[in-house]
Amino acid sequence: MRRAEIVTAFILGIFSIYLMWKSGDPPAWNPSIPRFANIGFDETGTPGSGFWPFWLGFIMLICTIWIGINWVLKRSPQSVSEEPFLDDFGKKMFLTVGGGLIGFLVMIHLAGFYGAIFLFMVYYLKFLGRHTWFLTLTISTSLPIVSFFFFDVAMRIVLPKGYLEPLFIPLYDIFL
Amino acid sequence: MEVLGHLFEGILIALEPVNLGLAIIGVIIGLFVGAMPGLGSVNGVAILLPFTFVIQGFTGGATSPMIFLASIYYGAMYGGAISSITLGIPGASTAVATTFDGRPLAMKGQAHVALMAAALASFIGATISNILFTGFAPLLASVALNFGNPEIFALMLLAFATFAGLGGDDFPKTIFSICFGLALSAVGFDIISGEPRLIFFDIQGFSHGIRFLVLAIGIYGIGEMLWTINTSRYGSSMSNVEVNFASIVYALKQFKGAWKGTLIGSFIGFFVGILPAAGATPGSLMAYGVTKMTSRDPSKYGKGVVDGVAAPEAANNSASTGAMLPMMTLGIPGSPTTAVLLAGMVIWGLQPGPLLFTNQPDFVWPLIGSFYISNFVAVAVNIMFIPIFLWMLRMPFTILAPTIFVLSLVGTYAAYLDMFDVWLMVLVGFGGFFMRILDYPVAPAVLAIVLGPIAEPTLRQTLLQYETFTIFFTRPIAGPITICAVILIFLPAIQLILRKMRSKA
Repeated sequence: MRRAEIVTAFILGIFSIYLMWKSGDPPAWNPSIPRFANIGFDETGTPGSGFWPFWLGFIMLICTIWIGINWVLKRSPQSVSEEPFLDDFGKKMFLTVGGGLIGFLVMIHLAGFYGAIFLFMVYYLKFLGRHTWFLTLTISTSLPIVSFFFFDVAMRIVLPKGYLEPLFIPLYDIFL
Repeated sequence: MEVLGHLFEGILIALEPVNLGLAIIGVIIGLFVGAMPGLGSVNGVAILLPFTFVIQGFTGGATSPMIFLASIYYGAMYGGAISSITLGIPGASTAVATTFDGRPLAMKGQAHVALMAAALASFIGATISNILFTGFAPLLASVALNFGNPEIFALMLLAFATFAGLGGDDFPKTIFSICFGLALSAVGFDIISGEPRLIFFDIQGFSHGIRFLVLAIGIYGIGEMLWTINTSRYGSSMSNVEVNFASIVYALKQFKGAWKGTLIGSFIGFFVGILPAAGATPGSLMAYGVTKMTSRDPSKYGKGVVDGVAAPEAANNSASTGAMLPMMTLGIPGSPTTAVLLAGMVIWGLQPGPLLFTNQPDFVWPLIGSFYISNFVAVAVNIMFIPIFLWMLRMPFTILAPTIFVLSLVGTYAAYLDMFDVWLMVLVGFGGFFMRILDYPVAPAVLAIVLGPIAEPTLRQTLLQYETFTIFFTRPIAGPITICAVILIFLPAIQLILRKMRSKA
């Protein structure tokens, strides 16, 4: 945990500097304006578009330095913690659940929301939850059906169908 | 007495079978929409606005459609607490503060106590707000009218300062979280100059800004779930809840200790709710902060205190009525939902503004009467449904967690129909999970994300108008608020110094 604390503070410090840098971007339609010209007040006394985010980034940078000083002086609980940032369960959980979510997102583009919901639920319930096939298939099938009637039919919010779109055309004819 | 006479007549009209039926249906829809992560009162009201034309065609007036939409609004305010408590995900931004203590209570097997406290506090908050609305509408409207940019920014500053106490002892992490949230809310087009800014890595998805729901669902739907799985190891700590008469009586007894938070929430919620561009979210967060800071033992907050549930719930319900005040009397919406309601009133042929009370009393007073009726309906339906909500907790976590993931992804897409938002939401969730492990407080960041779009323009417009920062200290209303905020910001440092001095002594 101690190492993770300083590594995170360092990454957030870099992000703060990037935020300050991006805040000073000149407008796309007039790149001749010098960088950081927009972080102060213009000739009319108006704070520029980068004023707010630049100074927020500056305060964030100060905070990350402060966190770093606390780490060196061992003043924060994380800076003296000997616990691992993620133990074996945590690493496995993040890979299986987080990986499953990324797979879910990818599948939305291919099989649409309803196909992806079915596959994700089967993956989670059967392979991570070790539930019975009956329960797995009951929930995995009913959740996309309920979602379809709520979003597409009742709320008229059409969710992406991916390559399964042709299968829904008869349903559109009946319900929409 | 004249007001009471109008109110009595209004309540009688609101109790007519058609209006009462619409109120009940509206409350049930609102409860469901409010409880669903990703959908809030504004989604429900906006999506169902076209259906009100059917109601108007059937009833022939604007009163019944407005009662229907206002009931959805009320129901959603109650419903937001349900997912905050039972799932740990705020159904809407207005219920963010309810998660702080509602979730820990549910984790301790006290979900029924939290749900009852939320329902009762919501009822009391809405009732107090209704009475204030009815009796003091003209006076309060004139107070809100006097608030300019310096006052609104000072109020935002006070909200941040109040919230600084929620970050625990690690002050730099709390301040970082606030600034991080404010910076994320600044992504997209600058509304004053029209310039695009903070388009990270030139990804065009950032040009429309980072939406609040994306961050809120990412943090609370994905990050929180991952953190819960990591800490609970798929344990069933949420399933040991019993619902019976004795537990309900026990929950009612527990609510006795929540009077202070309920009253603080009711009054802060109403006051903040009537301010244009403020609304229920800052009201509930401020109510939570004030209740915590004025508590004898603030360290208990965040670990499962009934007062910590009651204060924000009373506030968000109170604010929902308060937000109606500028909408009806001044034609200025106090929240996004009231903006949709305002649009509805215009579509139905009404002219919102000061003349509405004199020109359209047959619309105004039945609507106000329906606030009272909807409030009774909402609390009754809410309490009746508590066993169903608790049933959700009895599900094994290996069923609940993927269901929440699915709801989070579908809800995020349904809100904006943008797959970029769904990807971003999941990545924000991963980030939130790691930040949570390292004890970076997420609550101040969430507050900042909500208030950022209000705070920045009011600050810049103030500086443009007055060309000095001292204006925040010299204006009669903004001055005291700013001074209070400055004192609150430095309070943790003062407490730390005092603690060190005591330990040395």
